[in-house]
Amino acid sequence: MAGLELLSDQGYRVDGRRAGELRKIQARMGVFAQADGSAYIEQGNTKALAVVYGPHEIRGSRARALPDRALVNCQYSSATFSTGERKRRPHGDRKSCEMGLQLRQTFEAAILTQLHPRSQIDIYVLQADGGTYAACVNAATLAVLDAGIPMRDFVCACSAGFVDGTALADLSHVEEAAGGPQLALALLPASGQIALLEMDARLHEDHLERVLEAAAQAARDVHTLLDRVVRQHVREASILLGD
Amino acid sequence: MAMEMRLPVARKPLSERLGRDTKKHLVVPGDTITTDTGFMRGHGTYMGEEKLIASVAGSVERVNKLICVKALKTRYIGEVGDIVVGRITEVQQKRWKVETNSRLDSVLLLSSMNLPGGELRRRSAEDELAMRGFLQEGDLISAEVQAVFSDGAVSLHTRSLKYGKVSPSLVKRQKTHFHDLPCGASVILGNNGFIWIYPTPEHKEEEAGGFIANLEPVSLADREVISRLRNCIISLVTQRMMLYDTSILYCYEASLPHQIKDILKPEIMEEIVMETRQRLLEQEG
Repeated sequence: MAGLELLSDQGYRVDGRRAGELRKIQARMGVFAQADGSAYIEQGNTKALAVVYGPHEIRGSRARALPDRALVNCQYSSATFSTGERKRRPHGDRKSCEMGLQLRQTFEAAILTQLHPRSQIDIYVLQADGGTYAACVNAATLAVLDAGIPMRDFVCACSAGFVDGTALADLSHVEEAAGGPQLALALLPASGQIALLEMDARLHEDHLERVLEAAAQAARDVHTLLDRVVRQHVREASILLGD
Repeated sequence: MAMEMRLPVARKPLSERLGRDTKKHLVVPGDTITTDTGFMRGHGTYMGEEKLIASVAGSVERVNKLICVKALKTRYIGEVGDIVVGRITEVQQKRWKVETNSRLDSVLLLSSMNLPGGELRRRSAEDELAMRGFLQEGDLISAEVQAVFSDGAVSLHTRSLKYGKVSPSLVKRQKTHFHDLPCGASVILGNNGFIWIYPTPEHKEEEAGGFIANLEPVSLADREVISRLRNCIISLVTQRMMLYDTSILYCYEASLPHQIKDILKPEIMEEIVMETRQRLLEQEG
């Protein structure tokens, strides 16, 4: 985009952040009483809400039941008022389906599905704009934790880009729209294993290492934050229940 | 019609006001619980590279050599002898599928079910065809857990006269989970988290056996008692207090000065539950 420099000479981005800085994150667990687990997260201006049901008996076609594992079902839907222009179709379009599939792959890697044969876990995410995948994954992690479904570890995600030889972490909508390469990374922090890595744009392989490292570091920072939120929530519930 | 509008305001979390802290060891998934391999692993943990790692967020419980993590919230896990309240979802050959807020639906076998008239005989083919006459999809039942299958599905039975279709004319006996509250309603506290509130019927005759459906409309006074009870139970649950007959009763009494719909407002809810907590502590101490 002409006239808009994503990274100034002093190293500041459009919104005043440094290259490796994350946007402000606020999260809450247990927002809905009716669902088994729910969470709400705000990453800058991006807001995601995740709701988890399960494990429960498989509804609909019994034939899809897997005898030794649980079925994870993810649905992604974004509000019509979430982007700059009003979206026509909130779900069922290509992007939502693809996002749902990616979320499903991510969480199948993290949830210990062997423990719940023949059951189904549903994750619904409602999302508004800019840094989509990362916020969804973070919200869904909190919601799954809230529902008490056993997981190998947290799943923390962050996006990263590359401008002028520097890797940027946690892209906002403006930076995404600028058209540079973007990478989305979902990480299991304790073991450092990658649950999902996605990039659509061209990036020279010499730079891949750096961008990957920036995204991994950002994901670890997200983990620190989410960890704090969860511990606070558990501590509070534990106090109320009494010893 | 009067409308109420409320604005959001920051409130101090209740745990601060209680002024105490927990002594439990709290973990989140990915935390290492111990590197000592001498322990056996229970629910909520898994083994990864020589370390015992937590898989849910909750508190660690250690019983001799067994370590498990109790999650804050889980679906119901059946134990033999529990009382559950459930809803019929499906009528299949020789059995009913019951939804009990657990990971898999529970089953109620035809042979485990009371027949009307209290007869004890082998179930024949006509009984199978008449299954829908006894229990249909959407009916509520109270039952006891008979057995637990290997994948966690639970088998129920309604053999005793106190179980069966939940309705006001059930024959009641004073057992732990069936409570007659003096305010004029009765409560069945299912172990699976479902609770059934109904008005106490005036007559307590011994029925010949089986069950009868009583569908007369409930009076307004009874309905008010039931809605008040419901709101009390919801407020106890929101403040994470244990539910049993004494706590429900105290909460009900503490809520009498307020209007029924006011009970669900956050500040009134906190006040009522604080009072209940206090009375319970006085009773114990």
